[in-house]
Amino acid sequence: MRTDIRIVSLPFDPESELATFRSSLQNAGGLVSFTGLVRPSSQGGEVSILSLQHYPGMTERGIAEAVAGAASRWPLEAALVIHRVGEMTPHEPIVLVATASVHRRAAFEAADFLMDFLKSRALFWKSETGAEGRQWIEPRDEDYADAARWDEG
Amino acid sequence: MAQLLFFGRLGDLAGGAERTLGLSEPHAISDLIGIIGASDDLLGSALAEPRVRYAINGAIVDGDALVEDEDELAFLPPVSGG
Repeated sequence: MRTDIRIVSLPFDPESELATFRSSLQNAGGLVSFTGLVRPSSQGGEVSILSLQHYPGMTERGIAEAVAGAASRWPLEAALVIHRVGEMTPHEPIVLVATASVHRRAAFEAADFLMDFLKSRALFWKSETGAEGRQWIEPRDEDYADAARWDEG
Repeated sequence: MAQLLFFGRLGDLAGGAERTLGLSEPHAISDLIGIIGASDDLLGSALAEPRVRYAINGAIVDGDALVEDEDELAFLPPVSGG
């Protein structure tokens, strides 16, 4: 399987990245993608800046292991993960996951699996700055539960 | 010098994301937390919280693991998700 994993500190264009990914495919019959956007508000009210910190090297390795895990569960031709770090403003793309397979279900499930990993287990630390100042965010219980759906046994 | 990395809110408590610490001999992570806590109670107790994980040179370890003078020790609080 071909994989492309990137942590980027500048804005990226999901549409052009997806077009490049699609044009690289040889045998796939289906391509699923998910684009995550910075929300303009959270529980604490309006968000003006979202800041995401990662651990260079270790964060990428963790994502690579998750992508390898997806490849062992589903017959994927290719997977793409692009994740922003640093400071972002509402509505900016923060993550793009794309998966391609011969049949659609593998692509749907692998993309879902990778997003659940990114939302609850990948090494990212998020803070939001709003009217009340800056605060660190932890995953919602729902994010943990979503990720646990894929655990074996 | 060992390089200490504090992620997330731990960086705020430590007054910066990075710190260096000279170690004349290897120390267990739990001992280092005790040393840090002796001069900074708030940071020491935050580092000792059960949900904080540790990594030496990019590999997850437990609190008994030994840190040597050239190592990079990272304190990883619960992740926030992307």
